[in-house]
Amino acid sequence: MIKDITIGQYFPGDSVLHRMDPRVKILLTGVFIVMLFAAKGIEGLAVGILFTVTAFLFSKIPLKMMGKSLKPIVPIVIFTAVLNLFFIRTGKVLWEWKMIKLTQDGIDTSLFMVIRIICLICGSSLLTYTTSPIDLTDAIERLLSPLKKIKVPVHELAMMMTIALRFIPTLIEETDKIMSAQKARGADMETGSILQKAKALIPVLIPLFVASFRHAEELALAMECRCYHGGEGRTRMKQLKMSISDLWGALFCGVFLAGVIVVNHVFG
Amino acid sequence: MAVIKTEDLTYVYGDGTPFRKVAVDHVNLEIEKGDFAGVIGHTGSGKSTLIQHFNGLLKPTSGSVYIDGERLWDDKARLRSIRFKVGLVFQYPEYQLFEETVYKDIAFGPKNMGLDEEEIDRRIKETAKLVGLSDSVMQKSPFELSGGQKRRVAIAGVMAMEPEVLILDEPASGLDPKGREQILGMIKEYHKAKGNTVLLVSHSMEDIARNVNKILVMNDSKLFCYDDTAKVFHRSAELEKMGLAVPQVTRVFSRLKAMGFDMGEDVYTVKFGSSLLLDRLGRKSAK
Repeated sequence: MIKDITIGQYFPGDSVLHRMDPRVKILLTGVFIVMLFAAKGIEGLAVGILFTVTAFLFSKIPLKMMGKSLKPIVPIVIFTAVLNLFFIRTGKVLWEWKMIKLTQDGIDTSLFMVIRIICLICGSSLLTYTTSPIDLTDAIERLLSPLKKIKVPVHELAMMMTIALRFIPTLIEETDKIMSAQKARGADMETGSILQKAKALIPVLIPLFVASFRHAEELALAMECRCYHGGEGRTRMKQLKMSISDLWGALFCGVFLAGVIVVNHVFG
Repeated sequence: MAVIKTEDLTYVYGDGTPFRKVAVDHVNLEIEKGDFAGVIGHTGSGKSTLIQHFNGLLKPTSGSVYIDGERLWDDKARLRSIRFKVGLVFQYPEYQLFEETVYKDIAFGPKNMGLDEEEIDRRIKETAKLVGLSDSVMQKSPFELSGGQKRRVAIAGVMAMEPEVLILDEPASGLDPKGREQILGMIKEYHKAKGNTVLLVSHSMEDIARNVNKILVMNDSKLFCYDDTAKVFHRSAELEKMGLAVPQVTRVFSRLKAMGFDMGEDVYTVKFGSSLLLDRLGRKSAK
């Protein structure tokens, strides 16, 4: 079922990470990425790993969900590992066969890269696991609001994103329904050549197109009825507020960043 | 032999996520050939999920469904032919129309069955007549039609496959009283003409009482009962507890009984009720 796809992979919960201000979370994710790339050796990276694991434990996200977000990057990880393993030719040679040379440096670097990618994905997916898509767009709008000064339509862009996010589940549900309805009339969407499969999509796409126009029109009307006129002077129902947990989060992050730098110096 | 049979049919949405919900819970059911059954239950009781198992659109999480004695999902390749046997009309079916003309849209199902041109043409003409679509409408684009007409075209699209079992999910919802009457009339007509099994999902007890001979009640994902109309409406107290009701006229007669005018309790249609009243009042019935 298409319905089972989680949109934005938000995992509802009530952990410290869930309660944090989404703006702070976005900024701290940035700091986290800097932290990972600042680490020069495996020792610095260990601090990054420690940070990822601690944040993960605080988020109370099931390990299974983490695995799910790692799945799509498995090919990239393998590719990086193999590339580094065979193309770094410096260091002590451990094994040699014709053109292929396996060196200590190669193994070290590829391990370093792989761990860094995994940490990067795990850590940053914590942001999307603990923040609902709507909160995320809200936060992005606020963070980008200085750009309004140079006439970037930040509010409009955020509104478009919010509407798009809002309608993804609706359209998925609609697609599901239309597909079921056409299947009930004997439409065959699974077998046949690519051309036949593409043709079999017509009975789904046309009603879906009609439906999205209908939704757009209805939504425009509903927004107009409620006097929507853009972002100017608009107040919000849900105010973003920073709390003590945000301070703790920032401190925590700062300490670890400092840790990485210190470790770099000590071992570097 | 029962045309539809389920054994411990269970369906769970979003298993393994925080959104997990049991939609159909161990349903055991047998629907006989030729039955005209009403399906009732409050919103979210699992009616729609249940009926989507009957033509293999949903795969049971556990348990099984038999159509004409054949167990679904044993052979996935057979599912398509099951869908021609069990026709399903979804709620608001007019949103599934897509072809350039009404004629072509109704032909979609029969064409998928692999019938020859002549047979397809015969079926379309027959169904069009049954649902009351004139020849001039047949060459129009379905998007030009009114809501009620679109609905008829969509229902005709499934009826033209001449399924042994026709299942309709709220076929009359969102229509005006006249439109409702017409849609339900043509479903009744179809049942009479073909003698096929028909399942009608509806929230209107009046519509159910007027048309069906059996009622299937779903409550909180479980099958509450499947029985003759009279027997089901007899349990009005239990139905009301579920947030369902018996037809208004039935309530009128049970109130009359409480007031000392006992005219029997099995009054489910206004027609029958009024004839009873007229008899009682010592006049000849209206018709």
